[in-house]
Amino acid sequence: MTSQVSSPAEQADGTVVGEQRQPAGAKDVRRLNRVIIRFAGDSGDGMQLTGDRFTSETASFGNDLSTLPNFPAEIRAPAGTLPGVSSFQLHFADHDILTPGDAPNVLVAMNPAALKANIGDMPRGAEIIVNTDEFTKRAMQKVGYDTSPLEDGSLDGYHLHPVPLTTLTVEALKEFDLTRKEAERSKNMFALGLLSWMYHRPTEGTEKFLKSKFAKKPDIAAANIAAYRAGWNFGETTEDFAVSYEVAPAAKAFPPGTYRNISGNLALAYGLIAASRQADLPLFLGSYPITPASDILHELSRHKNFGVRTFQAEDEIAGIGAALGAAFGGSLAVTTTSGPGVALKSETIGLAVSLELPLLVVDIQRGGPSTGLPTKTEQADLLQAMYGRNGEAPVPVVAPRTPADCFDAALEAARIALTYRTPVFLLSDGYLANGSEPWRIPETGELPDLTVQFAQGPNHTLDDGTEVFWPYKRDPHTLARPWAVPGTPGLEHRIGGIEKQDGTGNISYDPANHDFMVRTRQAKIDGITVPDIEVDDPDRAKTLVLGWGSTYGPITAAVRRLRAAGEAIAQAHLRHLNPFPHNLGDVLKKYDKVVVPEMNLGQLATLVRAKYLVDAESYNQVNGMPFKAEQLATVLKEAIDG
Amino acid sequence: MADANALLQLVPRAEGKQSMKDFKSDQEVRWCPGCGDYAILAAVQGFMPQLGLAKENIVFVSGIGCSSRFPYYMNTYGMHSIHGRAPAIATGLAASRRDLSVWVVTGDGDALSIGGNHLIHALRRNVNLKILLFNNRIYGLTKGQYSPTSEVGKITKSTPMGSLDAPFNPVSLALGAEASFVARTVDSDRKHLTEVLRQAADHPGTALVEIYQNCNIFNDGAFDALKDKQQAEEAVIRLEHGQPIRFGADGAKGVVRDAGTGDLKVVTVTPDNEADVLLHDAHAASPSTAFALSRLADPDTLHHTPIGVLRSVERPVYDTLMADQLDTAIQQNGKGDLAALFAGGDTWTVVG
Repeated sequence: MTSQVSSPAEQADGTVVGEQRQPAGAKDVRRLNRVIIRFAGDSGDGMQLTGDRFTSETASFGNDLSTLPNFPAEIRAPAGTLPGVSSFQLHFADHDILTPGDAPNVLVAMNPAALKANIGDMPRGAEIIVNTDEFTKRAMQKVGYDTSPLEDGSLDGYHLHPVPLTTLTVEALKEFDLTRKEAERSKNMFALGLLSWMYHRPTEGTEKFLKSKFAKKPDIAAANIAAYRAGWNFGETTEDFAVSYEVAPAAKAFPPGTYRNISGNLALAYGLIAASRQADLPLFLGSYPITPASDILHELSRHKNFGVRTFQAEDEIAGIGAALGAAFGGSLAVTTTSGPGVALKSETIGLAVSLELPLLVVDIQRGGPSTGLPTKTEQADLLQAMYGRNGEAPVPVVAPRTPADCFDAALEAARIALTYRTPVFLLSDGYLANGSEPWRIPETGELPDLTVQFAQGPNHTLDDGTEVFWPYKRDPHTLARPWAVPGTPGLEHRIGGIEKQDGTGNISYDPANHDFMVRTRQAKIDGITVPDIEVDDPDRAKTLVLGWGSTYGPITAAVRRLRAAGEAIAQAHLRHLNPFPHNLGDVLKKYDKVVVPEMNLGQLATLVRAKYLVDAESYNQVNGMPFKAEQLATVLKEAIDG
Repeated sequence: MADANALLQLVPRAEGKQSMKDFKSDQEVRWCPGCGDYAILAAVQGFMPQLGLAKENIVFVSGIGCSSRFPYYMNTYGMHSIHGRAPAIATGLAASRRDLSVWVVTGDGDALSIGGNHLIHALRRNVNLKILLFNNRIYGLTKGQYSPTSEVGKITKSTPMGSLDAPFNPVSLALGAEASFVARTVDSDRKHLTEVLRQAADHPGTALVEIYQNCNIFNDGAFDALKDKQQAEEAVIRLEHGQPIRFGADGAKGVVRDAGTGDLKVVTVTPDNEADVLLHDAHAASPSTAFALSRLADPDTLHHTPIGVLRSVERPVYDTLMADQLDTAIQQNGKGDLAALFAGGDTWTVVG
């Protein structure tokens, strides 16, 4: 593998930014195969930006990586408090990795609250870089430190680096015409510079980024770059940091291709645009802002030159209503939301089931019930997606497994919606939405063909020989009804939420017809073609771990650990939750034991137990955070041994 | 109304001559015999050929309620949706298909109770929709509960001791919601109804037409004050743009501005005050006078109820603005290129 980075760019003012910096080599360099870093600070400290930049540097270096942003729901929680702590964890390696990592090797704590909130996750021996300037008596008391943890011996088990980050930053920027407060704001870039030195990250991308982010404020750009360089130089010169580390590019982890780093929500938005292109239909998004789904609305709104229409509605109901109206008119229609929004949209989803129009319902799941935990992850909307409507209203459900997989999952959801003329749930979650990983950019020729044929003329001959159009006359294979869009002469028809007569679509209250239509709508969904589930079972194991959605990373990491320790365990992961793959029942029956880890109280386990009469065991966590690999490895080991 | 014509021109014209029959679907009409909805249906079916639009490019969208069965009887495209949501659904359709003439049929419960939010937002956005609000001041399909336009004290099954809540005046509400076109008409006055529909159809943007409609089962005679020839003379104020606002026998009464309060009031016209009688200006930039006119009506007796077009002003149309942004984006950034989109930002290449 080679990593191709662009050359430094000369700016209009003659300065060169993006010059690659290299450690001078006076200090020890150690090779590591993987590292987990966590940046933590106040929600106003810019930790998410810092993490994003370190991630970009790492991606362009060619490591495999996985990220976990974790931030409060409040925009600016009270400064210096535990609820106000925002963090960003990044795991990067010279090999293929699957999770943001269990236990950080390095913590950057910008204040006492950040230290207190995160120290519990740090293993003994880990490196902890603290901004000593913020460890004032008052700030420490605010979070319950009676004595300074930097001095009372409580951090003796760690490799502590006390660094006056604020002072050093202000000092580095004294040549700039900035107030002290303005200068202090660059301390996150100082920290980023220091960490970039420690791990030999490429620096040119960040310098370019700062230059363009503050293009209208060149002084601020220059100050941030100066702080960033000062952080790097501090690492290079200070004796406290005696060692720097190399993590080689993940040469074998990636098939050939062009890569970029991508978050789940961005990948999902790109997937929707790609689906619209592949279907040759205009994309229409009807949406109401809600965490953690709003980024998709933002992203799609930037791409109107793809013929994308985004409609920020007055509420969740209008968001899906407008999307359904656009679907009637022949658009690829999408609504994006999170759990509480799905609850509001339920009646319209039911209408879409009855109208049999294509519609994508994207649910970026978050902690529930009710408002719950808006910025934390959970998988507890599965049963809502399956059953949360009045009447028998089956809806296909598709779930991505990693951030980059959100792209493919969006295309797959669109395929089902367009082929079968049905609303489809796309169940992502907060962890996938905000987490990121490398994505091999597909060639456009690799994308699936999603073209659809609108109805063009009559599809039925009456007994008297008259040619007519019947809106509910179905394709015999897919059971999909024709999609006749307004503007097509001769196909004028009326559809609605009242039960329809088979074929004609006219209102019908006939009992036998209703029974038939209910069963037909169910049969259409049950008959959707989905690929068989693949089982990874190299050792003929007796225990199978079955997952769905974003638990793929931690489950797979746990499975690898167990196999490395000589255990036999099989793994299968569901993308299609409705209908299930045809072979799922047979797969489950082959194993003595089936374990289903979920970030809910056992919703998939309930479904497979009901459908296949399998004694699936649930393992559940609903703390707003993804599983840790070690935790799952322990649980699965117990299952194997039990 | 140059803009209006430009917008209507996006909708293809009918090739041959159309007749009322072309707009009748094969479905049996199932309203109660004597319902005011029949008259409105006949007026709309009779009026459609005047528009001369290709009928496959006309869509009727409705919510839930007696009036919302309307699309089934029109031989155009149609959707009978769910309660209150028709304006939202129609917004998505109209915003994505500017070649369609989109009509919403709704009632006082559908539009003003469960769907109130969507109605006001459609009006403020000025989406190219024609909203026909059938107001019978009662819930018909659920068999006779009071509605958000029922008079206070209404005795119904759900309010045996009389309803407590003050009604909405739909015209006042629409004017407050930034509507660019607001009119009121009556089911039994075919000529007036047709004329108002014609103006609504010509209007670029959202047009709200409140149609007083008699429910002969649960609220019979609710609008008799406006229909009985003798009573109507005193009760109905017919508004015509550019004309003095006069009504009553021989135009004996007129509407003038009260110099003290700035509000409007009804006076007996005399040679002394004749010059003070207001000229109706439907195109006034400010909605204030139209609002004041809408407040002349007594919600209990319906006396001094203005009918006709209260307001008709041009302002930017949502679907046009949305389409313009798409065009601008293409002008600025070129037509979207998937490969370029995917590769945006930092990339790196792995060679085998």
